[in-house]
Amino acid sequence: MEVVKLTIDNKPVVVNKGTTLLDAAKSIGVNIPSLCYMKLEDTNFENKPGGCRVCVVEVEGRRNLAPACKTECSEGMVVNTHTMRVINARRTVMELILSDHPFDCLICAKSGNCELQSLAQKLGIREIPYKGEQSHYKGDESPAIIRDMDKCIMCRRCETACNEVQTVGVLSAINRGFNSVVATAFEMDLDHSSCTFCGQCVAVCPTGALTERDHTWKVVDAIVDPKKTVVVQTAPAVRAALGEEFGMEPGTLVTGKMAAALRKLGFDFVFDTDFAADLTIMEEGTELLDRLNKYLSGDKSVKLPILTSCCPAWVNFFEHQFPEMKEIPSSAKSPQQMFGAIAKSFFADKLNIKREDMVVVSVMPCLAKKFESTRPEFSVNGDPDVNYSISTRELAAMIRNANIDFASLPDEDFDQPLGESTGAGVIFGATGGVIEAAVRTAYEIQTKKPLPKLDFTELRGMEGIRSATIDFDGLPINIGIAHGLGNARKLLEDVKSGKSNFHAIEIMACPGGCIGGGGQPYHHGNMDILKKRAAAIYREDAEKPIRKSHENPYIVKLYEEFLGKPCGHLSHELLHTHYFDKQKKIEI
Amino acid sequence: MANIKLPDNKKKELKEVCAKLNNDPGELINALHAAQGLFGYLPAEVQELVAQEMNVSVAHVYGVVTFYSFFSMTPKGEHPISICMGTACYVRGAEKVLDEFKKLLNVKVGETTPDGKFSLSCLRCVGACGLAPVVTVGDKVFGRVAPEDVKTILEEYNN
Repeated sequence: MEVVKLTIDNKPVVVNKGTTLLDAAKSIGVNIPSLCYMKLEDTNFENKPGGCRVCVVEVEGRRNLAPACKTECSEGMVVNTHTMRVINARRTVMELILSDHPFDCLICAKSGNCELQSLAQKLGIREIPYKGEQSHYKGDESPAIIRDMDKCIMCRRCETACNEVQTVGVLSAINRGFNSVVATAFEMDLDHSSCTFCGQCVAVCPTGALTERDHTWKVVDAIVDPKKTVVVQTAPAVRAALGEEFGMEPGTLVTGKMAAALRKLGFDFVFDTDFAADLTIMEEGTELLDRLNKYLSGDKSVKLPILTSCCPAWVNFFEHQFPEMKEIPSSAKSPQQMFGAIAKSFFADKLNIKREDMVVVSVMPCLAKKFESTRPEFSVNGDPDVNYSISTRELAAMIRNANIDFASLPDEDFDQPLGESTGAGVIFGATGGVIEAAVRTAYEIQTKKPLPKLDFTELRGMEGIRSATIDFDGLPINIGIAHGLGNARKLLEDVKSGKSNFHAIEIMACPGGCIGGGGQPYHHGNMDILKKRAAAIYREDAEKPIRKSHENPYIVKLYEEFLGKPCGHLSHELLHTHYFDKQKKIEI
Repeated sequence: MANIKLPDNKKKELKEVCAKLNNDPGELINALHAAQGLFGYLPAEVQELVAQEMNVSVAHVYGVVTFYSFFSMTPKGEHPISICMGTACYVRGAEKVLDEFKKLLNVKVGETTPDGKFSLSCLRCVGACGLAPVVTVGDKVFGRVAPEDVKTILEEYNN
């Protein structure tokens, strides 16, 4: 590869041709401040509109200042990143941005995590010399995402996430000049658009313009209500990220501390969504084998591949964008909803309480789960199976509020019977994990032989689209995996055009799977954090005494005592769902 | 947004226009041009149709429509009034003429009177700078318009 030599802040640098000044400077430890720029390694997320001009630097011989994020290095360039001219320009840019930004940092949901705030701090901005009109826009409050566009700085990261990475396409810059803002078509609320609520826009927003709908105080109200039995479930990806909110290293597993904190917060029963993940494998795995065996015996009415259905953003995606294929995904509900349905039937019966007196709270790495819990088909007589879905960040806020010293909590276990899980349930949190869990169970049911090895490393990794063939004792099973909805779209187009030879496909909407969900602690563009979370998930799996869903003793008992058999009558009633055509198509 | 039923034949025509543009997203602006020509304006349903036919998101179409002042989401009046704001017209008092139209019609630029009779817009140079300031109503051009002429011009169309 061709290289170029240049000088940055009097230091010689050699980089590959095409490297930007920002990256070249980073390689010698010079971190040029930037704002709109964001790149997520290993995904196709790269936002560099060069719009904010915070990263400007001085290039000798060039008349104007150059935006470092967009300027490529060239031979012999002499670059200075902190001359007086640069510093003044950077400060002026920040002052101008701040002059059209609300000053409610003290009560803003993003305070402490806001990139605009930390940059203003870094640059030492103490007053805004520009006084004048500020822009105001209509607010948007969907069940999952809150948009307060008064706080938008037009970095366009949300557009990149929504349009280029996820290919959902509900956001666009509209209007021009002072009135320009990112909006939906006709400035409708998100829940009237084809938004999947994946929350990736929230995950990359530098300010408080995009945040989650906060349910923490509703949960607290339920906890202090003596008439309510409050049950909490925690998704697999939460335990691999929650520690970050308390200053722990990314990838620290805090399963035991989390259970202890939830108990301290006053939840009556501390359960685990991983249990429901094992249950999902029983149902989805059985459905996979049923469809596979019918297909192999020549039944033309059976469609393959079977697609996973655990990810609610993915469900929203195909309902809006590929409704003609809504019969292909598994009919199994997501673990969150399976948990809710079992808690409010089996467990409420055990406690001898009415389902209305039970409040099910879920802690999720996800914002789409908030939307999912409000779907009318997941409630009985207006009582939702899952009352409140809160994000990893909201749980952290609750723990801080309650003055719990998280780091010094002792490890505690989940309660039973809905708290026992296997390693297969844990890996639901990372891309490839659901299908690996399904393979572990489906293999043994299909072949009636024990698996020679449990780690299917060929299904793991961070590549956007992956495939592998698993040998089911002579029967080759082709598996596809996609994370990120743009990648999912590619696999789906292949299925639609008949080019796909997969028997089963796993899809997760967020980069890296649930560990990179829209409700997780903010990664601020550092993909290493996501990789460490994934590694933590697989570590927990490896350490579990039981690693196959069908061997979870409480799952076995649940079928014996209550459900009967997987995909049986009661399962269908409680654990399976159906999908809707939500595409808006104009017929002529 | 008022939900007006769009005529099917025009929708069909728009679909054909899009097909002629190879349903290529890069031709979006041309498709919108044609659509505005067909319908007189770009209501939500037309934008949704254009998005569907040109393989782009509705949000993107809306972004383009709101960016360019040429595109309008409100129906034009029976008599569309345009005031030239080009340099020559501007220095010879076009703004005062515009203000008079705004006052008498009680609408802002880009709006249509409630009775649907007049709509008001600005444009840049009609190539008749010698007649500055220039106002066009439909296809008719009025030159050397003074604010006190505005009333007379409107009366011409009010009868």
